[in-house]
Amino acid sequence: MAVIAGALYFPALRRQVNRAKQLTEKTAEQARRELLPPAPVTSGDPMVKARMFWGANGTDGALVPVTVELPLSKDPVLRAKEILNTLLAGPVDSEARTLPPDAALLAFYILPDGTAIADFSEALTTSIPSGIQSEQLAVDSITRTLEANVPQVQRLKILIHGQEVDTLAGHLDLKQTFQVSMKEAPAPLPSRVSAITGPIKRAIEKVEGGAKK
Amino acid sequence: MGLNIVVLDPAHGGSDLGARGTEGIRESEVVLVLAAQVKRALEEQGFQVLMTRYANEDPSFDDRSARANAQRGAVFITLHIASTGLGGTARTYVMPDMPPSNDTSGLIPWDQAQAPFVGLSRKLGDMVQAQLAMRFKGSPPSALVAPVRQLRTTAAPAIAVEISSVSVQDRAELDRMIPGVAEAVAHGVVAFRPSYVVPVLPAAPPGVTP
Repeated sequence: MAVIAGALYFPALRRQVNRAKQLTEKTAEQARRELLPPAPVTSGDPMVKARMFWGANGTDGALVPVTVELPLSKDPVLRAKEILNTLLAGPVDSEARTLPPDAALLAFYILPDGTAIADFSEALTTSIPSGIQSEQLAVDSITRTLEANVPQVQRLKILIHGQEVDTLAGHLDLKQTFQVSMKEAPAPLPSRVSAITGPIKRAIEKVEGGAKK
Repeated sequence: MGLNIVVLDPAHGGSDLGARGTEGIRESEVVLVLAAQVKRALEEQGFQVLMTRYANEDPSFDDRSARANAQRGAVFITLHIASTGLGGTARTYVMPDMPPSNDTSGLIPWDQAQAPFVGLSRKLGDMVQAQLAMRFKGSPPSALVAPVRQLRTTAAPAIAVEISSVSVQDRAELDRMIPGVAEAVAHGVVAFRPSYVVPVLPAAPPGVTP
């Protein structure tokens, strides 16, 4: 059922993803933050049934998985970016949206220990409805969607505009790292973070320091 | 040492309005009214009640936690109005399990002050939520777990209570909930009182006085 629903709305979703991509590609901020050499993007990425966790209409603070077919890279970082951009683009039914429509993913890294760093634009904190329930729903939708589609990600650290911040929108604690998966990562990841500098590098070092304690 | 103090925290304030509804409802204002009624209900049960703010001001997270951390025999309750959720429902949140501190000084690190109290907080949260669920249909039966920033630095049993929502058409809908929330919180704290114990912290090495 969910697969059929996903197939029906996929063209609309694809348009929204492309629009979101164009928007983020245009920002100088995005260009500045693309510090890693991009992995080659091939048009032959296989179509994969991805499970996206959006809000469930009519229920209180619940998420439901929606299966959509997407061309997804095998590279876990690229794959995670594609997945999160789709999540940000949102479902056709805007009521089921969990993240603000104007928020953008600025950068994404995965450390060798499976800790992912997702850097979002400030709109994630300024446009999200303030409250414990709504902020928790937003983070849960990100972590559960990553868990379902990018098995290399074990934990998630959320940065805003390259900085560690206190809260998402006044409630949920962003100083901590969120558990994504309790399963063992499929294979150790090569370190691709040596080219990172500046505040993101410092934030990563802080996360790595915390993990070693 | 028994439980005799409740620190109430009306969230937000000052330039931080918190959640805002389309009808002009501001979380920072409603929680002050809610806190005043919760305070009265707790005082009727014999508790001493301290507030983190009495007017339109915005103490920092740490200043609010410090109000509780300076007390002995206290619990901490932060009060919120959500942007979302089924109107007329209420939820209690507690922190998830926190890793034990590696600090060998016998002191609790400020950043992780809630760690030794998570079990007690869960018990308090479940008791308050059971009372809320009896009064507000559609509310969950027990406390929910969420990493709420305000709770992390609080060295006492600590919970967040959030009611839905600022999105109601008429502020009167929220005002009608307030007496029930106040009564539920007070009854929940009374039910929790026999469970209250001061957690045993790791022993400090010789020469270090916690």
